[in-house]
Amino acid sequence: MKNEINEAHEAFEENSSSDSKRKIVVPGEVIVKGEDYLPGEGTRREGESIVASKFGLAEEAGRVVKLIPIFGAFIPRRNNVIIGRVSDITHAGWLVDIDSASSSFLPIEESPRFINRNEMDQYLAVGDVISAKIWTVKGKGIDLTLKGKGLGKLENGFIFRIIPSRVPRVIGREGSMVNLIKERTGCNITVGQNGWIWVKGPSIEAEIKARKAIELVADKVYIMGLTEKVEEWFQENE
Amino acid sequence: MTTKTTKKESKRPDGRKPEEMRKMTAKVGVIPNADGSAMFAFGDTVAIAAVYGPRQLHPQHLQDPAKGILRCVYDLLSFSVYDRKRPGPSRRSNEISKVTQWSLSPAVDLVAFPNTVVDVQIYILQADAGTRTAGINAASMALAHAGIPMKDLICSVAVGKNDKTLIVDLTKEEEDFESGEGATDFAIAKLANHDEFSLLQFDGKIQPELVKEAMELGVKACKEIYEVQKKALKEIVEDSKSGARKK
Amino acid sequence: MSSMEISNLTKEKLKNMIAEGKRFDSRGLLDLRDVEISYGVSKKAEGSARVKIGKTEVVVGVKLQTGEPYPDSPDKGNLMASGDLLPLASPRFESGPPGFNAIELPRLIDRAIRASGMIDFSKLVIKKGELVWTVIIDIYPINDDGNLIDAASMGAVAALKQTVFPETDKDGKINYEKRTSKKLPLSKEISPISFSFFKLGDSIILDPTREEEEACDARITFGISKWNGQYMLNSCQKKGEAPLTQEDVAKMMDIIPKKFEELIKKLETFIS
Repeated sequence: MKNEINEAHEAFEENSSSDSKRKIVVPGEVIVKGEDYLPGEGTRREGESIVASKFGLAEEAGRVVKLIPIFGAFIPRRNNVIIGRVSDITHAGWLVDIDSASSSFLPIEESPRFINRNEMDQYLAVGDVISAKIWTVKGKGIDLTLKGKGLGKLENGFIFRIIPSRVPRVIGREGSMVNLIKERTGCNITVGQNGWIWVKGPSIEAEIKARKAIELVADKVYIMGLTEKVEEWFQENE
Repeated sequence: MTTKTTKKESKRPDGRKPEEMRKMTAKVGVIPNADGSAMFAFGDTVAIAAVYGPRQLHPQHLQDPAKGILRCVYDLLSFSVYDRKRPGPSRRSNEISKVTQWSLSPAVDLVAFPNTVVDVQIYILQADAGTRTAGINAASMALAHAGIPMKDLICSVAVGKNDKTLIVDLTKEEEDFESGEGATDFAIAKLANHDEFSLLQFDGKIQPELVKEAMELGVKACKEIYEVQKKALKEIVEDSKSGARKK
Repeated sequence: MSSMEISNLTKEKLKNMIAEGKRFDSRGLLDLRDVEISYGVSKKAEGSARVKIGKTEVVVGVKLQTGEPYPDSPDKGNLMASGDLLPLASPRFESGPPGFNAIELPRLIDRAIRASGMIDFSKLVIKKGELVWTVIIDIYPINDDGNLIDAASMGAVAALKQTVFPETDKDGKINYEKRTSKKLPLSKEISPISFSFFKLGDSIILDPTREEEEACDARITFGISKWNGQYMLNSCQKKGEAPLTQEDVAKMMDIIPKKFEELIKKLETFIS
């Protein structure tokens, strides 16, 4: 599930004490000047400066200048686990809306067990939700697979969306944030890299609480001590 | 301050100095549904912009396999002007939509999103001249807000001339000025930190040397506009960042 | 923002939640979100207002024009409601000629206002049979988070109450740049408000968010105002294929006067 955004976020959290080296930048703004620096993703070199190519939080990690986007579309990458909605069925598989600029497709061969061509809609109908892995990303589109642990059709519960760039924060370092929310609410939670999140819990109240907690975290991206704030919130909202 | 062509400093109808812009206001994130959004105003001219994308582009024949395309729509709300404008595109709005797209494209890098579209929608809530420039300023912030990869922000302003005096950020009254050499209305847009102009459009009577001077005034004005845009963008992060040190 | 259509499981979940009286934002089924009204959206309009219900935002402007009356009402002014579902308000709205929803929205507002008698059209005559005022209401959603119709209707009422005539010369030529202090001939008592009830499964809710609205099966919109001290329903329009029962409508008739009073109270702080 790792990609640059995750790594950048984790680096951000680790260095949270080095406040002075991080700053919010807009496109075209100079981040640092110096021949020794290397431009990371979201930045570029212009003459002697490293300049931002996106709106985000810039940080020096040694010689590399990194930029964490604060907003932005989900960029699909191989092995990303995503949550999508089946939008159509063809003879070869299912068209799945994963809320990305590229269309995505689940070939019939990538279902976890053998599915007969005339049983396709019984397995997955239009409007059904799956948690899938991105298998290939091509110019024409994305191919998904349901082969893998924890993947497949999602039943019950509900899905909702957060801004994709907030996903790492909602997951937390090694899953710490999402696990905290799971513990406090007793809910099953799957966070898709595309910003869609599935929640299923023992009661409607638990599910509503889980969603509120997740939205709280997603809204406040750069607060220090977010874990403590979320703990507090759960205590106040027993 | 340019004094080469004026014998005395002329005060403008609203009391502004020749190179003074109207009060600017800007706010980012005004439309929660959009991927990026912003409002920008020059005095009484108020523009809002929304960005949706990159998203799927239909029909397929419009897609570009090399990069995403930028698609702009600009229009006036019917009650933004004294003489009500009937809803629906007009020739003027079609022209400005195209010009706006040309103004924003050089700043935007959509190579990472082939076959997609980034939709920019600009609407004028209240019109008092400079609508296309306000629209471009709003759209520029909205694009950055949406996380679109950009070389730079775009700043836009109308410089111009009333008779012999060069002025910055014309009002409607100044656009309609008639005596002497009349009014020249010169809309410009440029990348904030680069010597790259993406919009150059004027009508009127203006001497070649003054064209150069007008552009110089435009560059200065754009620096101020850039500060306003930057502040509006950074404010939305600061808002959610309580407790963190401000820059 | 996503243009992903609602999923089967979320729709089912919302149906079950609402059947238990629960909503994601903890509101009651018939509770409205916070309402905010502000004015001065455009100085060039004779009246304008901005309404926010939760995250839903609509701007409304009123323009006054003069022209000939309709041949069958030579002693009355005119009303026209128009507008568009601007694509900026939602990933679901597309550029181009107005679709059904874009046409329906202003029409519903028009009917409610017309039937309520809020505007005294006989006082909009400049010269009988020759020159009358036309009141044009233009409605533009800015952000669609559900319940656009009710937000638009509040905006229209707010904008109308604020509208003043522009100056005209003796030939009836309008000078929009100069305003009079003369307000539109409106009844003080009446404020037509629209209430859209939405049905999901067997439950009825008011003021859905966009997520809830997309799960709903049917909608019925009523315009209600006061006339001679009595509550009067001015308009009704059901949308969608799912049917409503007699009991559904009876329930709504019980609820609606109370909700009208509640909302008028809330709006009093915004609308003088």
